[in-house]
Amino acid sequence: MPQSPENTKFHKADKLKNAQIKMTSTILKMGKANLEIFSETLIELGKNDKDILVVTSDSRGSGKLVPFGEQLPGQIVEVGIAEQNLVGVAAGLASTGKKVFAVSPSCFLTARSLEQVKNDVAYSNMPVTLIGISAGVSYGALGTTHHSLHDVAVFRAINNIDIVIPADNFETRHAIVAASQSKKPIFIKFGKKNMPNLPRLEQSFEIGKASVIREGNDVAFIACGETVAPAYEAAQILEEKGISAEVISMHTIKPLDKEAILKSAMKCKAVVTVEEHSIYGGLGEACSSLFMEERIYKPFKIVGIPDEETVSGLQTEIFDHYGISGKGLSETALNLL
Amino acid sequence: METTISSHFRIFFKFFSMNNLTIKELEQKSVKYRMALLKYIKMANAGHTGGSLSCTDILNVLYNDVMNVSPENFNDPNRDRYIQSKGHSVEALYVVLADQGFFPETELETMCRYKSPYVGHPTRKVNGIEFNTGALGHGLSISAGIALAAKKDKAPYRVFTLLGDGELAEGSNWEAAMLAAHYKLDNLVAILDHNTLQITGRNAEVCNPEPINEKWKAFGWNVVHVDGHNIAELSKVLDEAPTVPGKPTFVIARTTKGKGVSFMEDVKKWHHGVPTNEQYEIAINELGAEQIRLKN
Ligand SMILES: Cc1ncc(C[n+]2csc(CCOP(=O)(O)OP(=O)(O)O)c2C)c(N)n1
Ligand SMILES: [Mg+2]
Repeated sequence: MPQSPENTKFHKADKLKNAQIKMTSTILKMGKANLEIFSETLIELGKNDKDILVVTSDSRGSGKLVPFGEQLPGQIVEVGIAEQNLVGVAAGLASTGKKVFAVSPSCFLTARSLEQVKNDVAYSNMPVTLIGISAGVSYGALGTTHHSLHDVAVFRAINNIDIVIPADNFETRHAIVAASQSKKPIFIKFGKKNMPNLPRLEQSFEIGKASVIREGNDVAFIACGETVAPAYEAAQILEEKGISAEVISMHTIKPLDKEAILKSAMKCKAVVTVEEHSIYGGLGEACSSLFMEERIYKPFKIVGIPDEETVSGLQTEIFDHYGISGKGLSETALNLL
Repeated sequence: METTISSHFRIFFKFFSMNNLTIKELEQKSVKYRMALLKYIKMANAGHTGGSLSCTDILNVLYNDVMNVSPENFNDPNRDRYIQSKGHSVEALYVVLADQGFFPETELETMCRYKSPYVGHPTRKVNGIEFNTGALGHGLSISAGIALAAKKDKAPYRVFTLLGDGELAEGSNWEAAMLAAHYKLDNLVAILDHNTLQITGRNAEVCNPEPINEKWKAFGWNVVHVDGHNIAELSKVLDEAPTVPGKPTFVIARTTKGKGVSFMEDVKKWHHGVPTNEQYEIAINELGAEQIRLKN
C-alpha cells in the first residue's frame, strides 16, 4: 500500500477506519457528516496554532463551530449576518499572517460575497480558506435562495483560488489540514449529511490530485463531493451486470488533475461526470473541454442539476429526481455503452 | 401631497371594507395562526419556529387590518405590497395568506415536501407572495424599488417590508436606507421584528445593532416604536404609517421570539426547531387556553 500523507496526527485514525472498510468489502461503513469532521479537525488545528482564526456570520451553529468558540474563544471572530463583511474582514486578518477560515453557507458565501472573494482574497492573494457549508442542495427544502449550484462555475472563472469538494470524512480532514498549510486562497465546500467512508486505491490526499475510489475499464464515473458515494453505488450495480466501472473522486476542481481524467477516459469506453452543481460551468464542463482539446471523442454525459428551477425536496429526493443515485447513474452508464 | 391622497384612499377603502375585525377578533386570529403554523412546522418536520411566532401579530394586523390586498385585487397595480425580507419566517406568512383565501390551508400539509411549492422561504409560486426572499438583506432594496415606482406612477399604494434585527448587519439595508430617504419614499414602511435574538444569540453579543433608533433617524427616516404583540397598538401605528411627509417610516416593533409558547419564548434554540410530540401538545394546549381566555 502506498504511503499515507504526512499529517501524522490523523494518519493513525485513518488507517484504522480503512481497515474496517476492507473487512466490510462492498458495504461501506457510514461515517460522520463532513461538516462534523471539518469542525473536529479545525479544533485540533486551532489548539496547536494560535494563528488559526475562524470568522463566522451568525453561522457558527450551522458550521458546527460552537465547540470551537467555547474551547478557543480568542480564535473566533463573529461578524453578524454580513457575508460581504465576513470575506473582507477575513482578507484583512489574513494579510497580517493569520490563517483564516471564513465559514458561511455556500449559497451566501459564494454569491453575496463574490466581489470580496474576487478582489480581496483571490486577486490580492490572501491565504483565506473559504468554507462553504451546507453546499449544493443540502438545504433542499429551503428553496433556491439556499441552494448553491453556481459556486464552482463562478469560482472557476476567478484566477488564483483552489476549489476543493471532499467526498468523505477522509478527504474532508485532509483538505482542512492542507488548507491550513496553504499559502493561497482555497474554497472548500461540503454538506451536512453523514457520508460513507469510501475505499480508495491510495490512502493519500493531495490538493489537485484525484483519488481513484475503484478501478474499472468499461465506464468511468468522474464525480465530486457527495455524489461520489452514489457513483460508487452505481459501479456496484453495474458490476452485477458484468460491467466494470471506474470511480474517481475529483475532489479538486481547480487545479484540475487532467492526467487522472485522461487516464480514466482513455481506458474506458464511456465517461459520466457527476456533481451536485449546475450542469453548466462545473466539473462536467471542465472535463468536456479537456476531452475536446485532447481529441478524446467518447460517449459522455454530464450529470448534475439541469438549468431549470430546482425541484423542491430533501437533498436525497433532489438527487433521485435528477438521477444522482446508484440506480440513475447506472442507467445513464448503460445508455452510453 | 401624495401622502394625503393615499391616506384619503385608505380611509375610503377601510370605510367600505366589509370585514373590519375588532381588536378581540384579531387577537383570536393570532392565536389561530400560531396554532396553525406550529401544526405545519410539526408536519414538515422543519421550520423557523421562533421568528414566525415573533412576527405573527404583525402579519395578522397587516393583512387583516391595514393593507389593501386580497386574492381579489392581487393583480391590481394599486394593491398594497408586502415584502418579507426576513424570509425564513415564511410559516407565519403562509398561514396568514391561507386565511386570507389565497390558497386552501390544507395545501400547507405539503410544506417542505418533494415537489411542493411551499418551500421553506417565500416564493412567488405561492399565490399572494410578491417576491422570492430568504437570503437576508434583500427586502428593503426591493421595497424601495417598488415604492420609487409608485412615486413615479403617482400611485396610491404603500409598501411594507419586515426585517429581522439580526438581519440589520447586512450592509445592503443601509444602502437602501440611504436611498429611501434620498428619494423621500413616504410610501415605504419598514417594520423591524425586534426580538433581540438571532441564531447565535443576542444581537448585542453577536454584532450590536444598537442604537437602532438613532441610526435610522440619522439616515433620514421617521422612527416609530410599537409593542409588536399589542394588536391595538400595531393596528394604529401601521395604519397611520407613514406619518411624516417626505420620509420613509421605520417601525421598531418590540417582540418576543417564540411568542405564545412559554418554553419557546426568548429562547435562542427555537430559531429553527421542531417540537417533539410532547412539546407540541404542551404548545397547542397553551394556545388553546389562550383561545378560551379570549373568547370569554
Ligand atoms: C444572507 C443570509 N445570510 C444568512 C442567512 C441564514 N439565516 C437565516 S435566519 C438568520 C438569523 C436571523 O435573525 P433575525 O434577523 O434577528 O431574525 P429573527 O430573529 O426574527 O428570526 C440567519 C443568519 C440567510 N437566510 N441569509
Ligand atoms: Mg431577531
